[in-house]
Amino acid sequence: MRLHVWLLALSLVALGLGMAWYKHSALGFPLTAQATTDTWIVEARLGFVPVGGAVKAELMLPEDPPGYRVLEENFISRGYGVAVERIDGQRTAVWTQRRPSGRQALFYRATMLPQEMQREAEAESPAPPPVPEYEEPYLQAVNSVLDEVRSRSADVATFASMLMQMLASPEGNDNIRLMLEGKRSDVDKVATAIHMLAGARIPARMVRGITLEDGARDLQPSTWLEVHNGSRWVPINPANGNTGYPDNFVKWWKSEADPARVTRAREVNVRFASKRSQLDAMEALSEGTQTGTSGFVEFSLLNLPVQTQNLYRILLLVPLGVLLIVVLRNVVGVKTFGTFMPVLIAISFRETQLIGGVVLFTIVTALGLSVRFYLERLKLLLVPRLAAVVVVVILLIAMLSVLSYQLRLPTGLSVSLFPIVILAMTIERMSIVWEEHGPGESLRQGLGSLLVAVAAYLLMFQSNMEHLMLVFPELLLVVLAIVLLLGRYTGYRLTELVRFRNMESD
Amino acid sequence: MRWIASPWALRRAGIAGMNWRNAELIAEQNPRRFYPRVDDKLLTKKLAQAAGIAVPELYAEVRTNHDAADMREILQTLDDFVIKPAHGAGGEGVTVVVGRSGEMFRKASGALIGEDALTHHVSNILSGMYSLGGRPDTAMIEQRVIFDPLFERITHQGVPDIRTVVYRGVPIMAMVRLPTRLADGKANLHQGAVGAGVDIGSGTLMTGIWQNAPTEHHPDTHNRIAGLQIPQWERLLELAARCYELTGLGYLGVDVVLDAYRGPLMLELNARPGLSIQLANRAGLRTRVGTVDSDAPHGAPAPARVAFAMDAFRSAATA
Repeated sequence: MRLHVWLLALSLVALGLGMAWYKHSALGFPLTAQATTDTWIVEARLGFVPVGGAVKAELMLPEDPPGYRVLEENFISRGYGVAVERIDGQRTAVWTQRRPSGRQALFYRATMLPQEMQREAEAESPAPPPVPEYEEPYLQAVNSVLDEVRSRSADVATFASMLMQMLASPEGNDNIRLMLEGKRSDVDKVATAIHMLAGARIPARMVRGITLEDGARDLQPSTWLEVHNGSRWVPINPANGNTGYPDNFVKWWKSEADPARVTRAREVNVRFASKRSQLDAMEALSEGTQTGTSGFVEFSLLNLPVQTQNLYRILLLVPLGVLLIVVLRNVVGVKTFGTFMPVLIAISFRETQLIGGVVLFTIVTALGLSVRFYLERLKLLLVPRLAAVVVVVILLIAMLSVLSYQLRLPTGLSVSLFPIVILAMTIERMSIVWEEHGPGESLRQGLGSLLVAVAAYLLMFQSNMEHLMLVFPELLLVVLAIVLLLGRYTGYRLTELVRFRNMESD
Repeated sequence: MRWIASPWALRRAGIAGMNWRNAELIAEQNPRRFYPRVDDKLLTKKLAQAAGIAVPELYAEVRTNHDAADMREILQTLDDFVIKPAHGAGGEGVTVVVGRSGEMFRKASGALIGEDALTHHVSNILSGMYSLGGRPDTAMIEQRVIFDPLFERITHQGVPDIRTVVYRGVPIMAMVRLPTRLADGKANLHQGAVGAGVDIGSGTLMTGIWQNAPTEHHPDTHNRIAGLQIPQWERLLELAARCYELTGLGYLGVDVVLDAYRGPLMLELNARPGLSIQLANRAGLRTRVGTVDSDAPHGAPAPARVAFAMDAFRSAATA
């Protein structure tokens, strides 16, 4: 039986902690309510001057950039119709207006959450490109460069990387200089690389994106080369041939062309800006839900209506209070009125705040007790007497509310949830103990209940506890395991060590 | 005096704690279905009478408030009696009337009480004020025990009783509970009564315990407690041991009073006897439970079990 309980408890702990850990580390559920996540707000501003007639403006948009999750997208453009379309495999925003005038500015704004680098979803491996028909003297130059690179590389990625390195520093290599024909921009170098890689039948493409900088107003898009190594696209830095994107790089569009095309307009320009922003971690999580991430999020309490959530906020704390009672009663040995009464009192403290709650509890109990002693003289039957105490307790609370409102004290007004019937029962029990065991014992037990209620309140409504239990309700399994183990605890209670202090064998 | 004991020292001394008692004695030995036999004192009394175990005589039982209205008629012929709830616990709700004074009744404390107050008390009992969970209850009116003058010198009013803990039919520990002024004539230790351990082997009282401190003398009468011999001790132990068969409960508290004329009477039974008996005896229940488990003649008739207990648990001082 002992082993059985231990095994059960252990598996419950493992399950509860395991699920909580998974949700925290893999799905990003925050451990604290105040946790914030660094997000980036990225903005593209498309400016142009219309030359007359209907305008159609296209702006290429990022699509699932690796290393980021797009939480939110906004299109800010007054008077324009906007649609997101796919043009030549590129996600594009299309703004249209019949007759704009004056300088125009259209905005695309996205909130991006950095996350673990994940593999880009790609439909299928591209077919190897056909070998271009190079003309002399380029044919010879290409072949000699490719031969040189091939002899020094192991696979597609290193091949492309090596070639890119040579293109990055063309000095001292006549063949490369010939291919570049004096062009020095990254765009040209990458275009040349793609042209030459086709000679080795390696699929390659140009990628444009921006490197995020906090508060940057005019980010220049940078250019990258991507080669397909048979299973995925490998990014290569045109400046040095290194593979992989830097941390703050957001991949935006995949072509040599400008990101924007506007018909019947001049002075077309696109400017990128970015700034760092703090987003509430919980918000980021639920924002992410809408784009669909995990069943864990969908089937969590966070997706319930807010009102129901608020109920669970309290309900999920009750087991903690109950656990505390179990410890205090079976391990410490504190006596209270009613087994779980202090937990209910503690919940009511949530409305009144601690000090106000304790004062209110004391006043109502004291006044209720005196009324109860008066009722004792009337020799009433039990249930009517209890009912009378309930009525009196409600009257007392109503009076206290009115009084505290007149005195401008906020506490008295928040008593609506104060467990009136519980209070009435407490008063009744206290008065019986008072008669049977004297005022000392009665006050001691009353004070004990109050202290346990305060302890339960401090535990349950500790700043982060509410959040923790709502986000990780599986922690209740851990609570359950502890309760089960305590159920098999046959050791001494703390108070017994005092009670039997003179009983040690000589 | 030390402020706190180490759990290992208590374990070595064989002291039973509340958790251990609940798990190993009550949960293991006391099947729930037998609880009504001890929790309902009316049923206990009837079972005991059927089994020939001596109990105080039952004068009347009051089941409804309508009956309570006829209290005058019930009490007409009675001068002294005890009113108690059938489901009471810890001696709560027990009123002892020792005589009349004109229209009034005199309680054990000497205070006078009117018939209307008694009727109210009975209706309180009926409405469940003293029963567990507040369930409607029955009030019992029974014979007041005229207690043996033996304890007169070391008691203050009330009825001193002898609590014997019977484990699997073997009486393993006993104490005398002596009412004090503080306890208002009640025989409960936590209400201020004196508890004195009794040597199972001889029926001799040992040093008492009062308010958690050892005491050689009764706090009110100042007479010496230790050394007093309980008469008919073996018969008393047998009475207690037979309650095992009566209830089927393996961990049982048997409360016995000594009537001046009728000898030991079984007053009530308790399925959850407390642990303060260990304090009164300065001995641990756990050790004795172990002795019974390993050596006692299980299944033997009560006299054989008593003989075993008197031999096994004889105090060294009187041996």
